[in-house]
Amino acid sequence: MSEKKTKRRDFLFTATYAVGAVGVGATIWPMIDQMNPDASVKALASTEVDVSSMSPGKTITVLWRGKPVFIRRRTPDEISEAKAVKMEELKHPEKDEDRAKNPEWLVMLGVCTHLGCVPLDQKGDYNGWFCPCHGSHYDISGRIRKGPAPTNMEIPKYEFVSANTIKIG
Amino acid sequence: MRNSFKLLTFLLIYSFGINFSFSADKIEYLQTDWSFKGLFGKFDRSALQRGYQVYTEVCSSCHSMKYLSYRNLAEKGGPEFSEAQAKAIAASFDVTDGPNSDGDMFTRPGKLSDKFVMPYANVKAAQAANGGAYPPDMSVLVKARKGGVDYIYSLLQGYEDPPIGITLDDGVYYNKFMYGNKIKMSNPLSDGIVEYVDGTNATIEQMSKDVTTFLMWAAEPHLESRHKMGFKAILYLIILTILVYFSMKKIWSRIETKV
Amino acid sequence: MSDHNYTPSSKFGKWFNDRLPLLSLANHLTDYPTPKNLNYWWTFGGILTFCLITQIVTGLVLAMHYIAHADMAFDSVEHIMRDVNYGWLIRYIHANGASMFFLAVYIHIFRSLFYGSYKAPREIIWIIGIIIYLLMMAAAFMGYVLPWGQMSFWGATVITNLFSAIPLVGEGIVTWLWGGYSVDNPTLTRFFTLHYLIPFLILGLVVLHIWALHVPGNNNPVGIDIQKPSKDTVPFHPYIVIKDGFALLMFMIVFAFFVFYTPNILGHADNYIEADPLVTPAHIVPEWYLLPFYAILRSVPDKLLGVVAMLSAIFILAALPWLDTSKIRSAVFRPLYRQFYWILVADVLILGYVGAMPAEGLYLLVARVATAYYFIHFLIILPVLGYKEKTLPVPLSITEPVLGGSPNLAGARIKSKKDLKI
Repeated sequence: MSEKKTKRRDFLFTATYAVGAVGVGATIWPMIDQMNPDASVKALASTEVDVSSMSPGKTITVLWRGKPVFIRRRTPDEISEAKAVKMEELKHPEKDEDRAKNPEWLVMLGVCTHLGCVPLDQKGDYNGWFCPCHGSHYDISGRIRKGPAPTNMEIPKYEFVSANTIKIG
Repeated sequence: MRNSFKLLTFLLIYSFGINFSFSADKIEYLQTDWSFKGLFGKFDRSALQRGYQVYTEVCSSCHSMKYLSYRNLAEKGGPEFSEAQAKAIAASFDVTDGPNSDGDMFTRPGKLSDKFVMPYANVKAAQAANGGAYPPDMSVLVKARKGGVDYIYSLLQGYEDPPIGITLDDGVYYNKFMYGNKIKMSNPLSDGIVEYVDGTNATIEQMSKDVTTFLMWAAEPHLESRHKMGFKAILYLIILTILVYFSMKKIWSRIETKV
Repeated sequence: MSDHNYTPSSKFGKWFNDRLPLLSLANHLTDYPTPKNLNYWWTFGGILTFCLITQIVTGLVLAMHYIAHADMAFDSVEHIMRDVNYGWLIRYIHANGASMFFLAVYIHIFRSLFYGSYKAPREIIWIIGIIIYLLMMAAAFMGYVLPWGQMSFWGATVITNLFSAIPLVGEGIVTWLWGGYSVDNPTLTRFFTLHYLIPFLILGLVVLHIWALHVPGNNNPVGIDIQKPSKDTVPFHPYIVIKDGFALLMFMIVFAFFVFYTPNILGHADNYIEADPLVTPAHIVPEWYLLPFYAILRSVPDKLLGVVAMLSAIFILAALPWLDTSKIRSAVFRPLYRQFYWILVADVLILGYVGAMPAEGLYLLVARVATAYYFIHFLIILPVLGYKEKTLPVPLSITEPVLGGSPNLAGARIKSKKDLKI
């Protein structure tokens, strides 16, 4: 056997293995991707909420993409309280102005950033939300103040399509 | 080798025999050139868009399409209306939604995620409005009929006066391509019943072809990606087969026996 | 077998293998001495393993999206076809995979019939195979019910009604199978459960099938017992692995063609119409792979006897190792059996053909003759043939194809050599 011939055989086997591996990968992908959100799930992106009947100091919870969204119409006291918090005190520093474009309305995902439970309204040490699962305390801007949760509650994409209607998503 | 040859010959004759006997009582359907047939078949976008127009303006008053959503109209491989066009189409329909916070149902303009609005609330209502015959849902109609697109295409052009000796009840029509020739749907198409947005002349033949193309897409929305992926997959398999064949030859050359 | 004295080379390997001899098993499988003259008809065992795994994997995935409820099953299938990522691909693979599975199993069975692989000492392999085949039919039938189309519904109605042929308890059994007074939601959910279960039973039986195979070793085209390992054998890896792989790829090309270009050709248009208990489709026919048995069922004019005939047609196969009295395994050396073998192949194809046709006139007559011949082949021809047939001389080993050197036998050698490469 010349060396050249051995080399060619090695190349043939390597090529066969490599091409085969590509095929196996390409076959596995559809089996994995099928578990991702399907086209109909992706399409259900937005929910519109009528908030005309809400008075200051009230919170409603609406369902969006299978998750609760808290909508709170905050009182002037609550707004000033939220704005007064110093950034140094926060575990996850975010200004209230950045979280509530219209300070009267706080729209956020009602999901604790620790392990996904739904926090209770008007509970906890900071006059905001309290997660009963593992004791995370959020303030009136939904920012984490105490407990195991790493970040503030998330603000979804939303807009006021009219004075009284909020479109989430 | 000789036996496998015998076997192959036999199988060939066998499958021809089956074909022949199946075609013996088969009606000759009208033929046309479908762009979506063949290894690289694709839909004709403008035919799909026109077909959708025929569906909405003619068929949809009786036939539902419950598995389609307005978003599908803008999806790749379909009629490919722009997103704005699809939104406008969706918004032109009133969709029942609810219940709202008062517990009442309400109507709102359609959204992309909504299913096609159905002409009747349920099958019973559809039957009641159509003399007992249920206009079938059209989502998978092409796949649900033997003969597929050729059958639908022919049926739409198959209305005729009944031959002498055949009497038809009220609300029953004669169609030479219908199974049993009696159909409860009156001739839905007439020249110019639709005014095409793109200015195409709306002959019965043209509309039949367009709407059948649209129905084919509705039944098989992933046809284009299926064809594309199929070509790649088979090409890949052939390459790998050749590689494996030579590897096999190499390996078996270590011993004397032939593979 | 060579694995008795196998010791892993690494220290950890030895430690592990002493506690769980997986490495010995792997070594046994790779070194397994296989007759080197196996032709391509022998590659269908591997192809069938591929089919089973494909069906299990795609089925598992489909079950994540399918809803087993009479009101939602049809919708959920359409949801899979339209919205689920690659759902159409996975469903078409699963649906056509069933047909591919049966295509392969029929070739596998007929290969066994030609080369006498069912004969001693391989009767247990054969009988396990028949049980697998029965379970495959059950799985395929129940799977066809799941989309809840018209053929699903009426197929389920007709097949479950077969049990009503049983005297006295028949009606009770049918009601029990349905969980109601007709095929309905309870029937669908139990069929789904069983359809999910059966492939795993098959998988277990396949392990037994292979285990039982590895005791005597493979039969081969010459049909003689061989020394293992010897110059007549090659190790399973890489020789047989690469050959099976090559055949599998050819098979996959055919498979892919069906999936991507004619995915619905083997199905029935009626199954894209949602189940309607008020309307029966004009022609009820089972899937192609059940047609021969369907023809047998319909060829008998009595309800009970028809069912008995159909079931006998399958169970008679289990008795085959004892019905075939010939000492010679391979049809290569049985000139008469070879003729009858091809007649049987034709007979089964004819049965399949008339099974698809309306049961009337000439078709019915042909079906009856073919049914009768099917049973005659197994019950009369095979036992008699074993005693009457003058067989050709059988070689002592694969590498030395023929006994001696007389002129007559030399003629036989050339003939048989050709046939070995069928």
